[in-house]
Amino acid sequence: MSALLNLEGAVISDAYTLLADDAVLPEGGAVIVSLTRWQSEASALTARSAPVAVKLANTVDVLTLAADVLALPMLVLDFPAFGDGRAYSQARRLRDRDTYQGVIRATGAAVVADQLAMMARCGINEFALRDDQPLALCQQTLAAQKPLPYQPARDVRRAVFSARS
Amino acid sequence: MYRYDQYDQALVNARVEQFRDQTARYLAGTLPADEFRHLRLRNGLYVQRFAPMLRVAIPYGTLSSKQLRMLAHIARKYDKGYGHFTTRQNIQFNWPKLETVPDILADLATVEMHAIQTSGNCIRNITADHLAGVAKDELIDPRPYCELTRQWATEHPEFNWLPRKFKFAFSSSTTDRSATQVHDIGVHIIKNAAGEIGYEMVVGGGLGRTPIIGQVIREWLPEEDLLSYSEAILRVYNLLGRRDNIYKARIKITVKETGLAKFKELVEAEWATIKDGPLKLKRADIARFQSFFTAFDYEASAASDTSYAEHLAKDSAFAAWTKRNLKAHRQPGYAIAFLSLKARGVAPGDVTDTQMEAIADLADAYSFGELRATHNQNLVFTDVRQADLYPLWQALVKLDLATPNIGLLTDVICCPGLDFCSLSNASSIAVAEEIFDRFESLDYQHDIGEIKLNMSGCMNGCGHHSVGHIGILGVDKKGEEWYQITLGGSSENKASLGDRTGPSVDREHIADAVQTIVHTYLNLRASEDESFLACYQRVGMAPFKAKLYPVAEEVAA
Repeated sequence: MSALLNLEGAVISDAYTLLADDAVLPEGGAVIVSLTRWQSEASALTARSAPVAVKLANTVDVLTLAADVLALPMLVLDFPAFGDGRAYSQARRLRDRDTYQGVIRATGAAVVADQLAMMARCGINEFALRDDQPLALCQQTLAAQKPLPYQPARDVRRAVFSARS
Repeated sequence: MYRYDQYDQALVNARVEQFRDQTARYLAGTLPADEFRHLRLRNGLYVQRFAPMLRVAIPYGTLSSKQLRMLAHIARKYDKGYGHFTTRQNIQFNWPKLETVPDILADLATVEMHAIQTSGNCIRNITADHLAGVAKDELIDPRPYCELTRQWATEHPEFNWLPRKFKFAFSSSTTDRSATQVHDIGVHIIKNAAGEIGYEMVVGGGLGRTPIIGQVIREWLPEEDLLSYSEAILRVYNLLGRRDNIYKARIKITVKETGLAKFKELVEAEWATIKDGPLKLKRADIARFQSFFTAFDYEASAASDTSYAEHLAKDSAFAAWTKRNLKAHRQPGYAIAFLSLKARGVAPGDVTDTQMEAIADLADAYSFGELRATHNQNLVFTDVRQADLYPLWQALVKLDLATPNIGLLTDVICCPGLDFCSLSNASSIAVAEEIFDRFESLDYQHDIGEIKLNMSGCMNGCGHHSVGHIGILGVDKKGEEWYQITLGGSSENKASLGDRTGPSVDREHIADAVQTIVHTYLNLRASEDESFLACYQRVGMAPFKAKLYPVAEEVAA
């Protein structure tokens, strides 16, 4: 079981279970479902009292997400390979225009110590670490005080080039 | 030039420590090799044919004498005593040990240098006209805009894992000296009818396996919107660019497959949502960056010097150098002097540690302590008093940096080729040397005139063969080195891609082939004023083909 970290680098417990598209919907408990399953079973899913989150493939255009998806408490973004950075742009689009206020969780093969800081800068605030990741290093990476970055993103809304003048 | 403040220094220092930790984890076996590969590339470190290669960024080619001394120190301490200037105005070291790279980066940080994003699928070093700030045909110095773009692009959290590498080039002069039309984004700084500064944005150009000339995505972009518009282009590309095939992953293919109109629509829609956000440049921000790039304190009396004319009259070798390696300066009494890194027997772009130190001393003595690297792999002193030209030339002769061949046939652009690069199919340095021997006579070269010979050892096109007036590409045929020739390429204002002459030529005959092409041109040109490129554009491929492949033509007939 991989560790789940919050933005400050603390280990948090995972209330959610990832549900396969063909798995039976449990009566209780928070679940993560695919966008397809949400779209076809939204009413059954919302009829339960437990929270529902949607996992988005990194090919989904987040600008087309319906209001009911954007009202969910959590969206899960996928980083399927170390060098595939599409979900960074998905996160920026969800955050920068204040389109989405809930939790954005990162999952996948690229959720590693060396990418956490940039994910955080793009507005991701939960990190499902890849199994093999050194926990202490990941926690330290998130918690560490970092130099002021050059460009504005989710964390710093002004650019250094403006900050200094 | 730009100087770091505490923000820049803190970022670069933090990056050194981050890479030191990553290297240690890799060596300890806790960071997987493939992941370390991605991370080391983003810190300029390749693993080459014989050893690692470290590429150090020289933003838009501007370098101080202090920085050059540090590069000399690195060449001596960590390498085999030399460095190689590249077509991206960077410098590469071919023999550092992987374990020592964090120390090299720490040394670089002490002189406000780094190797961040000089490789990998991210935004690379920003290039610009090497004559920025002194060129006569320039509208405005592009370097403040380049530095703003450099800062925006450095450690950009969203664009570190793009489908493929991404290159910006800037130009603000009548003559395009930075090949903007074969870059992922080419920025032309322009002025509108109201006298305001803005940009013409070109997107989707590139060399490599599928060379494409960029297209104008926006004819007029206001000055304040440079970074937000760039961010919009990058965001659309990051989401849309192909990741299934490395050869189709550059933005040039995204634009081609999507169509410029549709691509532009996506970019404009993205931009509309961010243009009024924190990336919008304020007049004061731009002015602050411009304050780093003001003109030097020129001597008003420099033009009254008479020694220059006397030396010109007395010393024909000096006169030949001034004719070829100097360019006119805006300031009366000053000149722009090129240091040729294309001497006989030296790999194009190579400089030794002792040469670097001597160049640094000369820059201090004669050019306000600064110099530039050009995308043609030479160096430039941009601000030399005319009275200093003679002693400068004498010093350069001793250093073997005064070959009067700037813009001539032996001023070749060339990648490291098979001698160093693990991607290469063929030698490029040895071929460059052979061509040098054929055309060594400078009178002959002067007679041939302006000609660009560009050579790459493989399809990746680091030697920009597609835009050489004569382009040579190394190809592998059953383990043998062969060379494909193109004619008529150009990276200047009316950029064009070279046309293939026909079947490739083997190692033994490549220098002959170049000679045949040059002779054919000399016989065909309308006058001595008609350049190779102009002549080719007038007469076309047929006469060159007939001379290059006489037997084949007979068979075909």
